[in-house]
Amino acid sequence: MNLFADAIAWIFSPDRAAGSLPLSQAVWTHLAFTAVAVLVAALVAVPAGWVIGHTGRGREIAVALSGAARAVPSFGLVLLLVLVLGVTHKVGAATTAFVLLAIPPILAGAYAGVEAVDRRVVDGARAVGMTPGQVLGRVEVPLGLPLLIGGLRSATLQVVATVTLAGYVGSWGLGFYIVQGIQLRDFSQILGAALVIVVLAVVLDLAFALLERAVVPRGVAAVRRT
Amino acid sequence: MTWVADNLDLVGRLTVEHLRQSAVPILLGFVLAIPAGWLAFRFRLTRGLVLTLVGLLYTIPSLALFALLPPLLGISFLSEVNLVVALTIYAVAIMTRFVADALASVEPAVRQAAVAVGYGPWQQFWRVDLPLAGPVVLAGLRVTAVSTISLATVGILIGIDNLGYLFTNGYQRQIVAEIGAGVVAVVVVALVVDGLLVLLGRAVLPWTRRGVAA
Repeated sequence: MNLFADAIAWIFSPDRAAGSLPLSQAVWTHLAFTAVAVLVAALVAVPAGWVIGHTGRGREIAVALSGAARAVPSFGLVLLLVLVLGVTHKVGAATTAFVLLAIPPILAGAYAGVEAVDRRVVDGARAVGMTPGQVLGRVEVPLGLPLLIGGLRSATLQVVATVTLAGYVGSWGLGFYIVQGIQLRDFSQILGAALVIVVLAVVLDLAFALLERAVVPRGVAAVRRT
Repeated sequence: MTWVADNLDLVGRLTVEHLRQSAVPILLGFVLAIPAGWLAFRFRLTRGLVLTLVGLLYTIPSLALFALLPPLLGISFLSEVNLVVALTIYAVAIMTRFVADALASVEPAVRQAAVAVGYGPWQQFWRVDLPLAGPVVLAGLRVTAVSTISLATVGILIGIDNLGYLFTNGYQRQIVAEIGAGVVAVVVVALVVDGLLVLLGRAVLPWTRRGVAA
């Protein structure tokens, strides 16, 4: 347990506020990379997923894509893009890799949410005279929100983990401390940074878990309670 | 491309290493997830506990998990044991949810029929519940296998040579083809293992094929 005490001492040491990479800056960079990547990926994947779920067209492609994406090693993708796009464009290259990794889970969440809506509900919406756009916007999208948030949740966790690995290519984010700690054989730094990463990931996961519950439409929640 | 042609033996050797390191976590994940998934399926109290625990473990980024395990388990940080234990934890985390869902997918009427013809709980689980849950368990095993093979590459960061070696070595030597070959090799290995699991599923679960044909 001494190692954990050293790690916690590392986190709260006054040295963490100074140096080439202050801890608070590493946390913010980590969060900023994650937020930008998930937002950009969502701009592409959410509309595409809704259209796939609504029309049923392109479903096989989306399923195959999210299946194949699991096989792609995220660490290799980051290093590949950084090398291909040039070491001078590291930030852009790494962000591109994060966006590519975030797209499949968001796409899956968006189309699965729309697709999972009971066909009778959709028929009912049509029967009361809703246009296809209204059916999507007022019925399918709101009912599919929890699954979409679930997709955003897995994408976020995936990106948080990959930003950690990207500490190998740049002195940014919390992963850099671990990579540097391995080189310096500084185990309190390795464990200290790991603890901060775990807290960050768990807090984000918890926030999404709460959001997933909060977006259940009031009518649906009322039915579930009874 | 000349890099790939010149280094086929290296890629081959690393592929074998990679498969060896991934096999144990996939198998252990499968074996450990059966009781864990059953606990998550059977009792309301254990369901919440087990699913929260595996969800939490799955949340931990890989590089952080490598750092947490050595002080908790008294193993060496830069060791293959560390990689295998971490991959096993992720495998169990993925599989447990699938096993719980798989058991829940078995029709209650079938279960009642099993009780009616005199199956005890133990026999009922092995001869009725688990075989009928087979297709969903297989789907989970495929996800677990592909994720494990892809994630194992991170082991290179703690000094374990597998296909991930091509990433860091290619990056340091600025050889795009080397990293590219590594990414392609990992995807191919993952998809081949996935295909083999589908074939294994057909052999072990013949009734699912008949069900489709009928």
